[in-house]
Amino acid sequence: MKEIKDTAVEVRLPSRLGFEKIAMGTAASVAKLMGFPDDRIEDLKTAVAEACINAIEHANRLDENLSIGVILSATDDSLEVKVVDEGEGVNKRPANPDIDRKMHGEEGTRGMGMFLIEALVDEAEWVKGSKGKNSYVRLVIRLGKDGK
Amino acid sequence: METGTKTTVDEIIADSGKAVSVLRFTGDISSVSRDNVLSAYGKLAKDRPVLLDFSRVDYINSSGIALVIQMMMEANKSGQEICAFGLTPHFQKVFTMVGITKYAKLYPDEPSAKAAV
Repeated sequence: MKEIKDTAVEVRLPSRLGFEKIAMGTAASVAKLMGFPDDRIEDLKTAVAEACINAIEHANRLDENLSIGVILSATDDSLEVKVVDEGEGVNKRPANPDIDRKMHGEEGTRGMGMFLIEALVDEAEWVKGSKGKNSYVRLVIRLGKDGK
Repeated sequence: METGTKTTVDEIIADSGKAVSVLRFTGDISSVSRDNVLSAYGKLAKDRPVLLDFSRVDYINSSGIALVIQMMMEANKSGQEICAFGLTPHFQKVFTMVGITKYAKLYPDEPSAKAAV
């Protein structure tokens, strides 16, 4: 822990689907160094991937001239991940997915990213940037009292 | 960066004696998998159960989960039983969170799925 606490790691990625896996791998490496157990690392990987996909697809609209920033900040007992895009931010959080409605074609099969993020991390917030740019999602996972 | 999905189909006989299609995926299941996955599913016989094999899948994102739901919708329309096996414990949890287990049973591996259908 001492080697990594109070440090930040930043990755900048093009707005191209698939590059979220670089952010996933980086987040997993930092979480592993901090001592997170494997199941929490898997939760974090999915949450980070979904945050990056939202930034690439919805905020930056797959424009490869725009990039996303992934900033990982480690403290004694938590890891914060900010995924910054060049969009104006989330205006309205979509409703949680309803499998019955999806199965009956009453809602789209997609639209699960924000739900998964919120369900898999200890804290998630979406912050609108100023002047319609630099919005971000902030995720936090915490180590338990027993270091798990 | 996005690696596609390879799909193969096997026809097996379940422990019950029923003929069953096994749709095996290799690689990632994401938005780029759409045509490959749905076309492979579309070619399967609809008069028998289908098992989705995730044991060689490295990465599934929400677009990939949406594809699984789309296959479930098709199966539901034709009254076809659809099950999955080979998911990691993490993705078993994620599939349960989004409600997939209400319409498709998950089994840890192929022998347990073969014994149950």
